[in-house]
Amino acid sequence: MDAVTTSSMSRRWFLIATASGIATGMTSGSAGARVPVERSLGEGYQPTVWYTIADDGKITVHIHMVEMGQHVGTALARIVAEELEADWDDVTFVHVDTDPKWGYMVTGGSWSVNHNFFAFSRAGAAGRIALIESGARAMGVAPADCVARDSHVIAGARSMSYADIVSRGLVERQFSKDALEQIELKPASERRLLNKDTKARDIPAKVDGSATYGIDRTVDGMVYARPVMPPVRFGCVVVDVQDQAAREKVPCYLNHVVIDDPTGTAQGWVLAIGETWFAASRAAELMKVTWEGGQGQHVSEADLIAEGERVVEDESLGSIFMREGEPGEVLSTAETVHQGLYTTNTVLHMQLEPVNAIAWRDGDVWRFHGGNQWQSLTLPLVAKALGVDPSKVVFETSYLGGGFGRRLYCDFFVPAALAAKALDRPVKLVLARGDDAEFDCPRSPTVHRVRSVTGEDGALRAYDHACAAGWSTAPIAPNFLAEGVDGGKIDPFSINGADHWYAAETMRVRTINNELVQKTFLPGNLRSVSSGYTHWAVETHIDEVAHALGRDPAAYRIALLDAQGRNAGSAPHAVGGAARLRAVLERVVEMSGWRDRDDLPKDVGMGVSGAFGQERGMPTWIGTVAQVKVDRKTGELDVQKIWAAVDAGTLAHPDGALAQMEGAILWGVSMAVHEGTLIESGLPRDRNFDTYTPLRMHQVPALEIDFVINDHMPVGLGEPGVVGTGPAIGNAVFHAIGKRLRALPMRPADILAALEA
Amino acid sequence: MARFVVNGRRVEVDVPDDTPLLWVLRDEIGLTGTKFGCGIAQCGACTVHVDGQARRSCVTPISSLEDSDVTTIEGLAAAADVPDSDLHPLQRAWIEAQAPQCGYCQSGQIMQAAMLLLEAPDPTDQQISDGMAGNLCRCMAYVRIRKAIKLAAAKQEAN
Repeated sequence: MDAVTTSSMSRRWFLIATASGIATGMTSGSAGARVPVERSLGEGYQPTVWYTIADDGKITVHIHMVEMGQHVGTALARIVAEELEADWDDVTFVHVDTDPKWGYMVTGGSWSVNHNFFAFSRAGAAGRIALIESGARAMGVAPADCVARDSHVIAGARSMSYADIVSRGLVERQFSKDALEQIELKPASERRLLNKDTKARDIPAKVDGSATYGIDRTVDGMVYARPVMPPVRFGCVVVDVQDQAAREKVPCYLNHVVIDDPTGTAQGWVLAIGETWFAASRAAELMKVTWEGGQGQHVSEADLIAEGERVVEDESLGSIFMREGEPGEVLSTAETVHQGLYTTNTVLHMQLEPVNAIAWRDGDVWRFHGGNQWQSLTLPLVAKALGVDPSKVVFETSYLGGGFGRRLYCDFFVPAALAAKALDRPVKLVLARGDDAEFDCPRSPTVHRVRSVTGEDGALRAYDHACAAGWSTAPIAPNFLAEGVDGGKIDPFSINGADHWYAAETMRVRTINNELVQKTFLPGNLRSVSSGYTHWAVETHIDEVAHALGRDPAAYRIALLDAQGRNAGSAPHAVGGAARLRAVLERVVEMSGWRDRDDLPKDVGMGVSGAFGQERGMPTWIGTVAQVKVDRKTGELDVQKIWAAVDAGTLAHPDGALAQMEGAILWGVSMAVHEGTLIESGLPRDRNFDTYTPLRMHQVPALEIDFVINDHMPVGLGEPGVVGTGPAIGNAVFHAIGKRLRALPMRPADILAALEA
Repeated sequence: MARFVVNGRRVEVDVPDDTPLLWVLRDEIGLTGTKFGCGIAQCGACTVHVDGQARRSCVTPISSLEDSDVTTIEGLAAAADVPDSDLHPLQRAWIEAQAPQCGYCQSGQIMQAAMLLLEAPDPTDQQISDGMAGNLCRCMAYVRIRKAIKLAAAKQEAN
């Protein structure tokens, strides 16, 4: 729909519509002083309307990504303000609910800035163009004689503020989708906000207790719920519930609800309902539930890894993710094949705010509130469970007490909805920490077989990577599966990152779904997704090859990054290709004093990795060096320092970018050394922070992070910092003690075992 | 009936004796700045001050609080005699260092840091590590939490 009308446009509001462009009014009053939520107000909204300018010149940007620590509203609003030539002090933003006008809603994959960069930039530019035209007309000058700066249209000595233009109803122009796509963004030399620092707008509310998270909201008349979880994820049916003890001992216990879920999402859940959450929680602990059925009760982590080892060896299984030439022939005829088997154990999200959901009926609409990274997946699921049309379901958001992928698959909204329907009352479901851990969607254990053949000069003549993981996408969003090179389906989110940027004459990446994982639990996406394990295999293997060839591991990597052919890169996301990875590696080698690493004290070592994240299509380039000290008596691994050189293109919010790199690198350290769990009897063994032990303050290594500043397309920042850290640490352990670790995490027992081997 | 003082205000709540202070603050009194993370005193998100000591409110039964003086993140500034509507020096330092990411643990971090600075007004790195090791930050914003504590300590010194 290209036709544009201005008839419905209120004088008081000026909106940019980026798709089909019907202007309409929208108040920007906040729903609560510190609640970053805006309900959709008014009618006749169209999708992709990204901001309003009010009479007073205040610009309110509509943020359809959720805030979970990445300061995403600040970053996206900067992109709009840059092209709009807005005074940053005029700009605010709100996080929006699931009105269809916002389009597809998912926050993850480190996509937010990259995926929205053009839409938000063009929306800003469209506003600037329209305001200049209108301001020029009002001042009786030609638009070409005007510039826009700091929320003013300026013609020589004369100027008009955006507030003046909007409040006098002078601006009328609307832009069709085609018109928007034809807008040329201003040259980087004219940028005044991007790559420049600012304070994150969400931070003040996060230091005085006023920020509202999912768990903080209340709704009139609501009751509280805590689930009693079945023994395993799949196949359990409730046959009996005894709640006599709860009735006798818990004064505010109300009732229980057996969840009968037509979508099969919450199999065998029982909710204890109380007037307080503490009552619901006590009751849940006292309740005796009997189930029948269930699958995977006897599956252990060792079984899952063994299945992975079996399927990576069977070349008839899985699908080809990428292929260049035919490495099979080279591998079968080579005298020497470098081969390694790399594994990673199960990892939990353990975001600090346990998952929670409020469900209530509001007239003929079902409303939901709670942290949710993938509204467009959850909304139809909940609608199906309730048997209502998706148009009658709205999700509201507030701050997320950590996402990290835990809230991509929001199964917990379904039992909240069904309980609210059964009780005909609003229900606030909060999982206790143990419930959350037990029924997390953990990162699958993985197994990788990597084989390569090198020529006399060290060039990779063949490179072959087979990876087995429980695919995260297949069970929850099969439409997101891709086609394999030779047919068959691929879960890109379970193999991304294996398609590295090193030159290889022939190369193949095969991905196999570990079906035993999927039959046992629901594997999910966890910060850095597959790149969190594929890079472990790639970067450990390349290090092994370098050592086998007697080459310096940093120099060897740099030599393999010739940026030719498939690795030359492409516009706009990966301009320069492997040359940019080479540059950050060269930089981190200088920063870290890598060349003197053989002078380090005994049992202290340095390791390197060259990594890209979140995926090959939008690479953030990271060179990492880790320095570790190994205690040969205890096996303790002390990560002393991490250096990282990072090229993420243009930075929408540089200090936020740095914060994300700091946190992500420490996640990399944590997953390499401090955390990880094992599946026992079909579920994660560790259920709370007494035995699941992420990095704490006293374990934080020194960090030195250096960003390359350029004007390339912004890529991603939430996750990429994770991926190079683990292998850099593992490679440093090899340098320190001469022992190669091929399994994540690296626990003291593993190091002692390696030393004894 | 439990009677105690929260942020300078006397409160009486009628809840079972074993109800943790955390849930009384959040669900009875409506002070939601204190967060639920683990329920077993392992993460520190629920840290408050009880009679001048940092306590994990998730394992503090309400029956143990008779006439106690409780301060939460919402009352921290006032308890330190900071003028109305202004922030506690630690909160200002937290903003200056841009410490929070998701922010969920930060009430507990700040309450813990306030106790640390009372005991060690100019804390060494080791004292910060020791004092803050019980407070988990899952975003791992530790670099900036440390920086913020040092900023607050330096300002305190300058004053």
